[in-house]
Amino acid sequence: MDIIYSSLLVGALVLYSAGMVSGFVYLFKPDSEARPWSKIAIQSGFVIHLLAFSWRCTQAQTLAVSNLHESLSFFALLLALAYLLVTRKNQLPTLAAFTSPLLIIFTLGALLTSKAITPQPPILKSFWLPLHVLLSFAGNAFLALGCGGAVMYLIQEHLIKTKKIKGIFRKLPALQRLDELNYLCLRLGFPLLTLGIISGSVWASFAWGSHWSWDPKETWSLITWLLFAALLHGRMNSGWRGRKASLLTIIGFAAIMFTFLGVNLLLSGLHSYAH
Amino acid sequence: MHIVTLGLNHQTAPVEVRERLAFKGEDLPAALRRLKDEADLSEALILSTCNRVELCGISQKLDLCREKMIRFLEHYHQIMAHSFADKLYFHKDADAIRHGFRVASSLDSMVVGEPQILGQLKDAFFIASESCSTGLILNRFMHRSFFIAKEVRTKTRIASCAVSVSFAAVELAKKIFGDLKGMKVMLIGAGEMCELAARHFVNQGIDQVLVTNRTLSRAQELADEFSGIALPFDKFRDHLDQVDIILSSTGSPTYLLAPPELAKALKKRRNRPIFLIDIAVPRDIDPQINALDNIYLYDVDDLQETVTENLDQRQQEALRAETMVDLEVDKFEQWLASLAVTPTIRELRDQIRKISEQELHKTLSGFPDLSDKERRRLEAMVNAIGNKFLHHPINYLKSSNQCDENVPATTIRKIFHLTENELE
Repeated sequence: MDIIYSSLLVGALVLYSAGMVSGFVYLFKPDSEARPWSKIAIQSGFVIHLLAFSWRCTQAQTLAVSNLHESLSFFALLLALAYLLVTRKNQLPTLAAFTSPLLIIFTLGALLTSKAITPQPPILKSFWLPLHVLLSFAGNAFLALGCGGAVMYLIQEHLIKTKKIKGIFRKLPALQRLDELNYLCLRLGFPLLTLGIISGSVWASFAWGSHWSWDPKETWSLITWLLFAALLHGRMNSGWRGRKASLLTIIGFAAIMFTFLGVNLLLSGLHSYAH
Repeated sequence: MHIVTLGLNHQTAPVEVRERLAFKGEDLPAALRRLKDEADLSEALILSTCNRVELCGISQKLDLCREKMIRFLEHYHQIMAHSFADKLYFHKDADAIRHGFRVASSLDSMVVGEPQILGQLKDAFFIASESCSTGLILNRFMHRSFFIAKEVRTKTRIASCAVSVSFAAVELAKKIFGDLKGMKVMLIGAGEMCELAARHFVNQGIDQVLVTNRTLSRAQELADEFSGIALPFDKFRDHLDQVDIILSSTGSPTYLLAPPELAKALKKRRNRPIFLIDIAVPRDIDPQINALDNIYLYDVDDLQETVTENLDQRQQEALRAETMVDLEVDKFEQWLASLAVTPTIRELRDQIRKISEQELHKTLSGFPDLSDKERRRLEAMVNAIGNKFLHHPINYLKSSNQCDENVPATTIRKIFHLTENELE
């Protein structure tokens, strides 16, 4: 049975990689035309990945997010979903090239970590756990997508500023479109992240008797939240946009990654998957 | 039967010569009739644009064809041949076909890949076919030309990049703003360059045009043209925050816009980007402005550079297009050769039918008592013999379409004693 689960994950990884390859071919091959191959590949990868994840959930009899392996896999799944939602009208054909590397890293990470099912301590058993993880991860997925868009913005802006208007300049979308993508991801990701933190806090008050215990994960998620709150505030009130917004999104994404992985791997606390 | 083309273009002749040989659209039907008469052409077409004058026709005999066509030009335009004859090119057969395809595909244009020539060729063909001066061959020749032009356009990137400064500016603006609908443009200086570039922008759905100029009346004139607003020259800086695109082309010896002014405007418009195009020499806008976030400044050299790069790319694409044209020339030559064979086949069939009918008539008149059924059986037998007998010669003719000089057709004609004058 484990073989089937792993094969499904490998299948998803192969399809995500196919999406990346065709995405890069489109980006760098001068006379290539926008064809939906990379999106179709990611879409198929998502379906297989969803199958694998559902299988896992029935095995674990809960939302399978209780260890590092499951978290990485679930995050990749939500990122693929966020990508498919944002490009549902087949706009931004170059976004695939900038999203698929993240999909590959997370799926590969899931494949390389222990796939043993971790029994949950009874104290954590509650519907708040899946809700907390789902909301936080969904928020992070949109913000990660925004980071992909931010990288695209910085490249395109650099090309226009330095007057290198050829090659991938022709393929990358207009700056305005990329800035809109950034704002969209922020407006979707930030509220989800906020709700994720709130639901986590509510759950903590049930499980541990305290809303907030300043463990490293909590501290870092607060830092991340403040970064994106500042960005949203800047965008809404001070006309932050473009380059500045893109740089902040990338810094924010780095904070997300540290909260998500760095804290678990480097620091210990209540949120550790390992223990 | 030969396709011939005589003409001159922007490469072989200066404009003074081209304009004297140009034909007016309304005079073309009459000119075509005279051309066919005077140059002994069975079909004719005249293409006259600002960059070329070309006479294309179908001639039965090549000798003196060139001279007759030159004489037609001489008579028609009332100018001496020596003033233009050395600037003419004359193509026949495969060369004429290739030339026609290259012209239609814009490979022979001043700006390779520019699309106007196809429209002009279509107009020329329309006039010629309306006045019944084209026939089987030129009709097909023109349709193949339109076809190959379309192929070249869709299958190569020959027309995919901007090759004029104004167009390059529009292309860039689209990569900054995504969509130009609802954008506002300010023109600083009401010169011709500004006007030309502004026209490109207005075609993209620009919402409003503001014009400023040292002489306000000229600004007003240009503003009226785009249903825009004229601004006094000393006030235009107050409106910088309202516009997304600024086109500047004044004769000012010093910079008109400096970074602090733009920074102030940006702040007012909450950092929404501004795209500045400085087509003035010496420049109107301080190049330091490009260092500001959300400001994009291009001067005429920056734009020219992309245009030159795009032109280089077009030249490379043109090489690919030439191969496509070559293939098409081969196909057309094959078709021409088959055209020469078709009458031979028809005549062969006619001949055998005539013989069969005669012999059948002779034989049947000796048997008046035959029933209708028996009669039909006999007719069928005679026809079958004729068809079977011709089967191999006709196959031989059809399969040897590509051969030069129609040798097989000529041989068959000799063997079967078909009338000689049909072919040539």
